Amino acid sequence: MRASPLQKLIIAILGWGAALLMFFPVAWMVLTSFKTEINAIHSPPLLIFHPTLANYGHVIHLGDYIGALTNSVVISVGATILGLIIGIPAAYAMAFFPNRWTKDLMLWMLSTKMMPAVGVLMPIYLLCQRSGLLDTQTGLILVMMLSNLPIIVWMLYTFFKEIPGDIIEASRMDGAGPLAQLRVVLLPLAGPGIASTALLSIILSWNEAFWSINLTATNAAPLTAFIATFSAPEGLFWAKLSAASTLAVAPILIFGWATQRQLVRGLTFGAVK
Amino acid sequence: MCTLELKNLRKAYGNIEVIKGIDLTINDREFVVFVGPSGCGKSTLLRMIAGLEEITGGDLLIDGVRVNDVPPDKRGLAMVFQSYALYPHMTVADNMAFALRLAGVPKAERDARVQVAAKTLQLDALLDRKPANLSGGQRQRVAIGRAIVRQPKAFLFDEPLSNLDAALRVQTRIEIAKLHNDLQSTMIYVTHDQIEAMTLADRIVVFNAGHIEQVGTPLELYHNPANLFVAGFIGSPKMNLIGAEVESSNGQSSTLRLEGGSPFTVPTALGQGEKVTVGIRPEHIAVTDQGTISGRVEVIEHLGNETIAYASIGGAEPLTVKLPSASTVQLGETLHFAPRGHAALFNQAGQAIALPRG
Ligand SMILES: Nc1ncnc2c1ncn2[C@@H]1O[C@H](COP(=O)(O)OP(=O)(O)O)[C@@H](O)[C@H]1O
Ligand SMILES: [Mg+2]
Repeated sequence: MRASPLQKLIIAILGWGAALLMFFPVAWMVLTSFKTEINAIHSPPLLIFHPTLANYGHVIHLGDYIGALTNSVVISVGATILGLIIGIPAAYAMAFFPNRWTKDLMLWMLSTKMMPAVGVLMPIYLLCQRSGLLDTQTGLILVMMLSNLPIIVWMLYTFFKEIPGDIIEASRMDGAGPLAQLRVVLLPLAGPGIASTALLSIILSWNEAFWSINLTATNAAPLTAFIATFSAPEGLFWAKLSAASTLAVAPILIFGWATQRQLVRGLTFGAVK
Repeated sequence: MCTLELKNLRKAYGNIEVIKGIDLTINDREFVVFVGPSGCGKSTLLRMIAGLEEITGGDLLIDGVRVNDVPPDKRGLAMVFQSYALYPHMTVADNMAFALRLAGVPKAERDARVQVAAKTLQLDALLDRKPANLSGGQRQRVAIGRAIVRQPKAFLFDEPLSNLDAALRVQTRIEIAKLHNDLQSTMIYVTHDQIEAMTLADRIVVFNAGHIEQVGTPLELYHNPANLFVAGFIGSPKMNLIGAEVESSNGQSSTLRLEGGSPFTVPTALGQGEKVTVGIRPEHIAVTDQGTISGRVEVIEHLGNETIAYASIGGAEPLTVKLPSASTVQLGETLHFAPRGHAALFNQAGQAIALPRG
């Protein structure tokens, strides 16, 4: 299908429009973080103002930014590694040794994502409490991993499905057992797919707020919980909240930007042939 | 040394039986071709032999040992896939050495064996390339090379030429034939192309809908097809198969009325009124004034080395006749045809009726 110049123009406008729409809140947040609290709630909103770094100083001073950052890194990377360790063999089995329950199993896994997390807050909270995992990195890693696992398995499954079955069978004829197949054939071929799965899992874990806020207090609080502390009882301090949020998303934005080629390649893998 | 025995081998997917009890012995150093229309179960049977597909029933014996439950790599067989199935991230040399590497063969010996195979297949100059940088024919040779390097007891080929263009197909076919002569190992080769089967096979196994129709050398199948299916499948252009009814019969010969009205005599006794099918190959038909089958030429194909004429003899199907290229047959001409020697006869069940050789 070839697009006419007019069609191309419309598509470009729509694309840019959507991008701007999504980018606007982020830009506004960054802008607000440089305003004074008075300017931040000024109506109509100010576009021109004297920028200040006071909010950042305040936020870093008041909260434990470095501690929260460390927790975010440990938890998102930990949850991702654990998720891959469990997800890769699972997706491998489902892609290459399916039986008549495989499809149902996959749908069931996905269906767990259709339920609001708050629905299982009590049982999960109690489980964590009884096993002493409340406000620990381990506890959050486990919960985060479990919540991302369906997506990890689904993504890996689609990537594995792209690998021709003949190649796996050829390796079986050549004497490769399940582990050798994984190591020598599957992982190299699905490498880009696995990498983008890992990236997505890190990003999702990084931005996850529900479990972070509910299952941590101080010791294991990641950046999302750190932000939440600025919408405290004294009321909303928009400028400080924006500064905290900017500090929280900056690392993952930089990370996402640095890996965007990999991410886009992986996410559109198979969609475009 | 490699003999394969298939004893009442069966395969079912759920309730659907796709291999319906195959009995076959494949001798040492034999080149056996499985041929049949697509979907008849050739690949499934080959994959059962390879160990890639579970065996539902019956026994598979390699050199007298039952191997139903032996994993693929322990059966000592090598397989060449239609899709080549090369490892895309490895060089040609690594592809060929992969099985040896897994088996823990020392590097020096690995390299030596790869070199030998590469020489045989003229792949020496390509050893450092990745499969993506090879032509289809070269990829197929690498796939064959990967099999050779393992020095398997037997080679299994699943439609290895289907993805090649016509010229390359003929060339690779000849190379495979040569390879069989050089290696003197047992080979099983699956194809839906009867010409590949005829040119390569010591023995052909004709499959249809999950069972064997006939086993024999190419010439046995050509001259003595056991049934209508084999008669129609082997040979190109296809054998003429004409419905007929017995008009009269004495002790030694019978007179038939072919579909379309022409009379036809066969040297055997048959029951009057019996319905049969007469099979005559296009190359076994002569144009002669004494011929009892008369037909009007409707299409002529000049192939250069020969000419194919299609003549209407009154029935549903035209009679296909192979003529020398010098033939001056004209479109619309009415000719008389007679079989030269070989005509085959099939009863109503489609089984061949034995005729005295003449
Ligand atoms: N995994 C499967 N599940 C169900 N039916 C199958 C499966 N694989 C093959 N079949 C069926 O088995 C029959 C034989 O297939 P196949 O051996 O590939 O035929 P061929 O190689 O002769 O073309 C076909 O009818 C096909 O639909
Ligand atoms: Mg097939």
